[in-house]
Amino acid sequence: MLTPALLLSATLFVIGTLGVIVRKNAIIIFLCIELQLNAVNLAFVALSRYTGIEGQLYVFFVMTVAAAEAAVGLAIIISIFRHYETVNVDKFNLLKW
Amino acid sequence: MVTGVVAASLASLLGPPGGPLPAAGVAGGASQAAAEWEPVLPGLIVLLPLLGFAANGILALMSSRHSSAALRAGRDWDPFAGADRPRTHTLPTWIGPGVMALAFGLALLNFLGMAAADAHDPVVRSYWDWIVTGDLRISAAIQLDQLSMAMTLVVTGVGFLIHVFSVGYMGRDPGYPRYFAYLNLFVFFMLVLVLGSGFATMFVGWEGVGLCSYLLIGYWFSDREKSDAGKKAFIVNRIGDVGFLLAMFLLFDAFGTLDFIPVLGGAEDHFTAGGATITAITLLLMLGAAGKSAQLPLHIWLPDAMAGPTPVSALIHAATMVTAGVYMVARSSVLYALAPTSQAVVAGIGVLTAFVAATIALQQYDIKKVLAYSTVSQLGFMFLAVGVGAFTAGIFHLITHAFFKALLFLGAGAVIHAMHHAAHHADGHLDEQDMRNMGGLRRYMPVTCAVMWIATLAIAGIWPFAGFFSKDEIIWYTAAWAGAESNPHATLYAAYWGLALATALLTAFYMTRLMVMTFHGANRTGKGASSHLHEAPSVMTAPLVALAALSVFGGWINVPDALRGSFAGLWGALPMSEWLHHWLEPVTHAAAEIQVAGFGEAAHVAPAGGGEVAWAAISTTAAAAVVALAVVVVGRRRHVPAAEDPERPSGVSRFLRNKWYFDELYDAAVVRPVLALSRWCWKAIDTVVIDGFVNFTGNFARLAGWATSLFQTGQVNMYAFVLTLGVLCVLGAAVLL
Repeated sequence: MLTPALLLSATLFVIGTLGVIVRKNAIIIFLCIELQLNAVNLAFVALSRYTGIEGQLYVFFVMTVAAAEAAVGLAIIISIFRHYETVNVDKFNLLKW
Repeated sequence: MVTGVVAASLASLLGPPGGPLPAAGVAGGASQAAAEWEPVLPGLIVLLPLLGFAANGILALMSSRHSSAALRAGRDWDPFAGADRPRTHTLPTWIGPGVMALAFGLALLNFLGMAAADAHDPVVRSYWDWIVTGDLRISAAIQLDQLSMAMTLVVTGVGFLIHVFSVGYMGRDPGYPRYFAYLNLFVFFMLVLVLGSGFATMFVGWEGVGLCSYLLIGYWFSDREKSDAGKKAFIVNRIGDVGFLLAMFLLFDAFGTLDFIPVLGGAEDHFTAGGATITAITLLLMLGAAGKSAQLPLHIWLPDAMAGPTPVSALIHAATMVTAGVYMVARSSVLYALAPTSQAVVAGIGVLTAFVAATIALQQYDIKKVLAYSTVSQLGFMFLAVGVGAFTAGIFHLITHAFFKALLFLGAGAVIHAMHHAAHHADGHLDEQDMRNMGGLRRYMPVTCAVMWIATLAIAGIWPFAGFFSKDEIIWYTAAWAGAESNPHATLYAAYWGLALATALLTAFYMTRLMVMTFHGANRTGKGASSHLHEAPSVMTAPLVALAALSVFGGWINVPDALRGSFAGLWGALPMSEWLHHWLEPVTHAAAEIQVAGFGEAAHVAPAGGGEVAWAAISTTAAAAVVALAVVVVGRRRHVPAAEDPERPSGVSRFLRNKWYFDELYDAAVVRPVLALSRWCWKAIDTVVIDGFVNFTGNFARLAGWATSLFQTGQVNMYAFVLTLGVLCVLGAAVLL
């Protein structure tokens, strides 16, 4: 029962990570990050069956942080869109030396 | 309440509850005659000048506005023209000489106590442990014995007179409080030097007086030449200090302590006479002494040191500091007595220095330069004395020299003071120290002229002035040791004796030349200027008169038994015979015994025949004849002011005018090679190696930064990729390892 759950979690995480790396749309990247978080949540829940209730507890923390992150992240994306009129991350390359 | 605490701590500093520690050993057999003797606040003698330094130093800081304004305006600017002097410039007048008077009084009190008790053993007062590390244990302690007491009296006594003179001489100087602060600090260190109870404590004073000498030579430091002279003195002294330090290391290696009592008391058992170690120690000590006391070949700094104010020359570069080397050799008399080779070297350097400096003095025109070379020459006599084992004679000459040379310098100061005022009214530049611009000053300053003649007769060795007895004793001892039964260096000493006699006559000539050129003949100062020549104020002439009295009577403290009869003409007006000799006996007798054991008794005839009385008569007659000769020769010569003097000396006089080319020799042998080496280090090592390395590190960091910055594209996806890669690497490493 554990193995399929963890496999699903790993698959979701890899998909999320690849999405963050290859996609250019900021909203999609954002969704991929959420996917990664939820992949981790799945792993927590699945493992909590064997290790105790703490795993499920952490899930709530992760969900709270994800919600907060969503609020801040979407606000940033909106702010960037107002400036550049695009959400293509290739256009935002000021974050360098 | 507070004062009570201060008083208590002061009392604990000055008189530890342990009381005096009667020291055993060095006085040997004489100790059974010793009576109990309680010194009176000996620490306060040393402390008083330090307090004076602190007080004057604070005043100097408060008045730094005047000093810095004066630096911009030049040396002759009077900050108080037409206004009341501020407190910072009146208080040093009382503080500076005041602490000296108190210290002298206290020293006198202790001296009288010591004399009354007829104490033979040194009294050591230890105040606190200064350095305790490993086997080395050095305490801040002072040692009161006959030698340190005599030196303390000279330092504080002559020092006090010179402080008083300074009040007049330096009164209008904008840096007046700073001057007295340095002068007090100098006396403090000099007292540490003479009263210190070991070589380490002595070295503290030794370095301290060197520092004060530097500060006071470069007192008018805005003048490049004067500050350079200060540096020269400091650097040349360092060469000697290396010798002193190495000697201390060897002594510590041998004894495990540097205190005088165990070292000097144990030297005889510890070293074989004439051994390599003791010879090395004494020669290294002599190197230190030669640096401090301006002996060949390290004498070059002293004439340049005349850049300092004239009372400084009198105090530091004539009466006290430069004699520290003689004191040190006399203090280590036991060590020197055990090393006859070193003694011969000391005596040889001394007599050669005396001769060379005397010949140079013959051809100088700067009044202070003549006196400077005269000082070097007289110091040479003192080294001759301690070199032939006549330690008492060396200290005796040190004392009388302090009197008459301080007098000569202060007299020269009075002359320069007068010339300085006249120079303001001269047409064009007037060198106020050049004797060619003087002449006939006797009419303007009779007191100065009279006292300087007394000093001249004293230094020339005319009976019964002070210098006669001390110099004659040195020459006689040289002759006597040349004839000692088993002296291995007898012929050498005979040569020293001849050279010393010749030098004594040269002394008489150059000093008379100075007097005649300065005070006699026609005045050459110039029409407009000469009317402004005047006698110095009484605050300056009073110390001159006091020193003149000492120059007359100072030699009577050690009249040899053989010459006592010469006082019959003075109705036997002689307090005691060979007093100083007896006084210093507890300090010097150990060395004398070693020497007699090694060389045999001193002879009672000179190498050329004749006894002590005969040679004393010959030398004083010859000196008097030379004085008379110089009066005639120099008086007849036509002198012209410096500006009109074509000055083309040739032959010997050019050689002497250029001071035996010592400075040029050093320039070629030391200064230029050092400069060339420095330039090479600059061009090759500094710019190529060191700068190259520094530039390389800078360039490397810049290149590495540029290379890594290529990865920073600003693309978030790229960052995420690198991040993932990094995490994978860490995880992979964690799994694999």
